[in-house]
Amino acid sequence: MASPEAQRGSAPAVRGRGTALCVERLNKRFGERVAFQDVSFEVGYGEVFGFLGPNGAGKTTTVRTLGTLIAPTSGSATVAGVPLSAENGVEIRRRIAIMPEAPGLYLRLSVAENLECFAGLYEVADPHGRIERALHAVNLADRAHDLCGALSKGLRQRVALARALISEPEVLFLDEPTSGLDPVAARDVHELIDGLRQRGVTIFLTTHRLDEAERICDRVAILNKTLRMIGRPSELREQLFAKTLAVRTRVALPDPASVFGRLRAVESWQQDGAGGYLLDVTDPSVAAPAVTRALVQAGTDVLSIGESRHSLEDVYLSLISEDVELNPRSS
Amino acid sequence: MSATRVRAIFGKELREYRRNRAIVLTMGIVPAVFLIQPLVQIFHLPAASAGTLAHKHPLLYMLGIPALVPALIGAATVVGERQQGTLEPVLTTPIRREELILGKALAVLVPSLVVAYAVFGLAVASIAAFAATPVASAVLRGSDLLAQVVFTPMLATWSIWISMGISSRAGDFRVAQQLATLASLPTIIVVALISFDVIAVTLGLAIGLGAALLILDRLGWRVVSALFDRERLITGTRA
Repeated sequence: MASPEAQRGSAPAVRGRGTALCVERLNKRFGERVAFQDVSFEVGYGEVFGFLGPNGAGKTTTVRTLGTLIAPTSGSATVAGVPLSAENGVEIRRRIAIMPEAPGLYLRLSVAENLECFAGLYEVADPHGRIERALHAVNLADRAHDLCGALSKGLRQRVALARALISEPEVLFLDEPTSGLDPVAARDVHELIDGLRQRGVTIFLTTHRLDEAERICDRVAILNKTLRMIGRPSELREQLFAKTLAVRTRVALPDPASVFGRLRAVESWQQDGAGGYLLDVTDPSVAAPAVTRALVQAGTDVLSIGESRHSLEDVYLSLISEDVELNPRSS
Repeated sequence: MSATRVRAIFGKELREYRRNRAIVLTMGIVPAVFLIQPLVQIFHLPAASAGTLAHKHPLLYMLGIPALVPALIGAATVVGERQQGTLEPVLTTPIRREELILGKALAVLVPSLVVAYAVFGLAVASIAAFAATPVASAVLRGSDLLAQVVFTPMLATWSIWISMGISSRAGDFRVAQQLATLASLPTIIVVALISFDVIAVTLGLAIGLGAALLILDRLGWRVVSALFDRERLITGTRA
């Protein structure tokens, strides 16, 4: 388990005017069952923070805890500048919005009627103007009078997103916001998130889509009951994986050990198919020319040589597989 | 306490009720049951039997409407939303549980009162128009009319708190509705016993019952709010 300092990550949390979320050793248990434990992190204003983890890792429970829907068992947190406590629940919920995974719309009411209800619950000034802006933001202005029950899953998801925007929150928790959306609608959501980030809104995004997290999140955290890692996607890759060069030659080397083994820049190597080699290196910019020279000296035709990037998915799978190996019964 | 938030819930609930055929049917059929029985009985009475009505209160039987109708509708208020998945988004807003409970209770109370008074008005008009004159005079007593007007909101409110308390703790809408119906039976039995003169009505009894209902109605809001546990409703686990 990472220390609180390590969990906070080396990347600066703060983009704007301070810390939007500050979580210190937060725990939640339901009786004997641990939902999450010893979770610490900070998220800055205007940051898009990805929260990743397998099913049952405690992501949604963390969001519900920070949203004052359920009480933590121990630990502390500050949400949008307000200390997390039952007494501060109303004030915290006034400053944040949560879009749960299931849209939870009133299906007998129209889109506008759903939003009107929530505008009232947030006591927003100029509710009609807010509703209009929120519907424009999710490209649903022309469906305002449609009954929610008649909308597709994707459109309902967009209405739920508009509902979360009604209060113009400082911190927006999005639980799987692109689940069920087609690629164009998902791209629209990504653009919307980017627009909110530029306006200083903090986005706390839980998602299973690792490509999405890698593309739009400033930092990500990987949770599996405990916080396993936190940082920029590039930092996580560097922390977890050695830098790798991928080499392809026209024909397989007769004795690759004699070529790669004598290079100081290469720490280890492995075969990757016929004529393919993956080399763990200390510094790709030093190793690549040395490897190229060695291959040419060995009389080999080099087809390609380049740094091999591990994806966030590789990081995620590596961490989660570690957990599975350590705790096979809990997975 | 925010009136805006209470109004938001109240307005939303009324819109949903209007568009929910099951609720509209409940509000139509249940009062009809309480209307038809006393009317048929009264219309069949000959003028000579007016004297036998001196100690009976057939109109008070209709107090069963405010006892039963709100119970059936109120049973769905919390557990229904929970089952539809609409409760969690509401709880993520700044609304306090007291505001949510009050908004929902008012949304059950208002249509229940409208239905109860409308049905009672219809009964009074029908008796005045079609019953034998001495029978109509014996049945339409000022004290019974006043009791109906005064006790209808008090019984409806009591019934709402009971059903919402059940709804806040039940895991299934149908179970909540059955329990709420059962819980309203004692009230209906007392009403029936009074209307058939098994329990003799006195001014003291009326004042006592009224005072008790006022106190219970006042306490009901707090008790139901206390029963409304956000964590349990969202996770199914006690906080």
